Amino acid sequence: MTDQLKKLLLGEQGLVVIFVVAFALVSLLVPNFLTDRNMLGLLQSVVTVGIVACTMMFCLAARDFDLSVGSIVAFAGMVAVMASNATGSILLGLLAAIACGAFVGFINGVVIAKFRINALITTLATMQIVRGLALIASDGRAVGINSPDFYQLALSKLLGIPTPVWVLAILFCIFGFVLNRTVFGKNTLAIGGNPEASRLAGVNVDRTRIWIFALQGVVCGIAGILLASRITSGQPNAAVGLELSVISACVLGGVSLAGGRATMSGVIVGVLIMGIAENAMNLLNIPAFYQYIVRGVILLLAVLLDNLRSSALGRR
Amino acid sequence: MSFLDFSHITKTYPGVKALSDVSFGVDKGAVHGLMGENGAGKSTLIKILSGDQHADEGEISIDGKVQAYASTRDAFDNGVIVIHQELQLVPELTVAENLSLGRFPANAGIIAGRRMLDDVGAKLKSAGIDIDMRRKVKTLSIGERQMIEIAKAIMLDARVIALDEPTSSLSSRESEILFALIDRLRGEGKVIIYVSHRLDEVFRLCDSLTVLRDGKLAAHHASLKGVTRDQVVAEMVGREISDIWGFRPRKPGDIRLKVETLSGAKLKTPASFEARAGEIVGFFGLIGAGRSELMRLVYGADPRSGGTITVDGKLVRATDPRGTIRAGIVLCSEDRKHDGIIQGRSVEENINISSRRHHTRFGVLNRVNEIATAETFIKKLKVRTPSRKQDIINLSGGNQQKVILGRWLSEQGVRVLIVDEPTRGIDVGAKSEIYELLYQLAEDGMAIVVVSSELPEVMGICDRILVMCGGRVSAELTRDQFAERAILAAALPDQKTPDAIAS
Repeated sequence: MTDQLKKLLLGEQGLVVIFVVAFALVSLLVPNFLTDRNMLGLLQSVVTVGIVACTMMFCLAARDFDLSVGSIVAFAGMVAVMASNATGSILLGLLAAIACGAFVGFINGVVIAKFRINALITTLATMQIVRGLALIASDGRAVGINSPDFYQLALSKLLGIPTPVWVLAILFCIFGFVLNRTVFGKNTLAIGGNPEASRLAGVNVDRTRIWIFALQGVVCGIAGILLASRITSGQPNAAVGLELSVISACVLGGVSLAGGRATMSGVIVGVLIMGIAENAMNLLNIPAFYQYIVRGVILLLAVLLDNLRSSALGRR
Repeated sequence: MSFLDFSHITKTYPGVKALSDVSFGVDKGAVHGLMGENGAGKSTLIKILSGDQHADEGEISIDGKVQAYASTRDAFDNGVIVIHQELQLVPELTVAENLSLGRFPANAGIIAGRRMLDDVGAKLKSAGIDIDMRRKVKTLSIGERQMIEIAKAIMLDARVIALDEPTSSLSSRESEILFALIDRLRGEGKVIIYVSHRLDEVFRLCDSLTVLRDGKLAAHHASLKGVTRDQVVAEMVGREISDIWGFRPRKPGDIRLKVETLSGAKLKTPASFEARAGEIVGFFGLIGAGRSELMRLVYGADPRSGGTITVDGKLVRATDPRGTIRAGIVLCSEDRKHDGIIQGRSVEENINISSRRHHTRFGVLNRVNEIATAETFIKKLKVRTPSRKQDIINLSGGNQQKVILGRWLSEQGVRVLIVDEPTRGIDVGAKSEIYELLYQLAEDGMAIVVVSSELPEVMGICDRILVMCGGRVSAELTRDQFAERAILAAALPDQKTPDAIAS
């Protein structure tokens, strides 16, 4: 490897460089990849992972972890469908879904921050509890949507781009701003860097952590609504394993599991790389079983690269 | 050519030239001192010696042979062993197991316990180390652990042993044992590199001395005959420092901080004290005397179980750091790494973490102000960093301390500044800069509380000293009453004599 190439790949923007190269390669080599239709399909396929990754990034950046996101997404979707069916008002259904998501996230946050229970354990527990609630509420069956307007959430387009993609883009912007330009974002990174020093520097650590989990809940609520609208029903078994895809995307985007390091641009790239890999494999008709292997390999390579980059930058 | 030869060693990190063209040699059977301020390049040089880092240019040779290590393990196998400040022992294993780690005597994978104990016992005996090798390392004192580290080096038949600040956490008795051991190793013809801030130790132990400054060789003394301490200090800082305390008389004003019968889980006996505006109050005592615990209570870092704190006559109701900062009390903790710096974040963010709240609007940062604040304090406190964006972990201890001070000085309305061991692990040059800063702050009317285990320091810079012993304040002296013996006597529990004090 020449020095310049090394610098480019291992520099701060190395991931973006790799992404651009990968994108160009896939565009050239995979037929039907670079078409309007496929691009929109690709973006739509990453909406759920992308939306949840926004707040998972905060969670990981603060040295926390959230396994309950998949369950919350399914539960919120159920709530949205059932509440709008029951009240006849879609708006009420959406609000109920977001409120439920926020409530679960808030409980996560309080248990983790105030009762000092390990985040992994806490969210492992709520992951199962919430999945159980979704199954009980629907008696284990999918619940159909009564109002056709609900479908429109996922089907409608603005300037030729589907609404869910707009929502994703807006959330990327909002959380990118929150991470870099607000006290909340900086406090999140500081807590991940050194929780005790942050507390002694006057950061309200407990409140910040509770907020992170509550926001995660809200965002899962939004993702749940859009997912329910796309699959035209509330499904208690939706989004199983979502937490792993989301965490993979974040790690791929350079978020450190040890906390203190995260960028929105990295996470966006991480989400897109995952999406492109899946999309390209589908276009090439690679069987789903092999896709697991490829995704795992990509993740390992990304983390390896990140390690190289850290040592190149002289970090420990 | 000497036995151990450094020639033209150069090492650059992103943004910093850590070492440039450093050459010197050390003979067999010599203890060689390596001195320099923080950031002078001592640690980098030791890291290169140990195979942890690689020199960009230059080479190290031992006994005429050029050494090129792929890893620390490689250096180990070539008889080069570095003993770091943070010791590398496994707490849950016994002394014997630690000393045999990686090379257990075994039959078909089963450890030959008897043989291991015999081997280790023989080595410990020959080194004159008297520690029960069946004890788990976690039950040993820090001094004893250090001995075990050195024993490890002896077990491996090390040719070169580098000790990085070995006495920084030892009591003076433990230090004596260490020095005796070093003398013995010298007699056996080993090469010892001794990195230290402490002039006394270096002059007592070392045969020769190298001083680094800003990554360059500032001086090399093949013999310490005729070399004076002042000369070495001047070589380290690049200028003469006549009086490192530089005390200036002050006129303390009204009472700023009043602490009454304060107590908490770790401080059973209620403690009371006060500090006036423009006064520097020192807290002296042995490690564990309760000084840091008291300060943490005042700052609200630990919950208090009783007592009151008032600042300028106003009761401080807050019980957490967030609240006490707003009441005008700030603390620079003793344990910088654990309680002070935010690792992985920039110097800029470390400075702004608290004071940014004065400049935000609806939680949104004021970038212009943050950059300006960072630049101001980097300049004002002479923080040596390539840029404000540098990760704080890459700064030397003294510069990290300055960043933390910057964090508090950028706060508005600080009335009471508590600094716990402000100069621990910091070199002479940065020390006098920090003292000067404290004087300026006191002159501006701040009440300053300095906790220190270094008696000359508290005597040198404070207007008043409170001595703590066994969790209570045992004496209070004003500047005209300062006397070493009286302070030491008050700091020591009855059964000990002043000579047993930790240095």
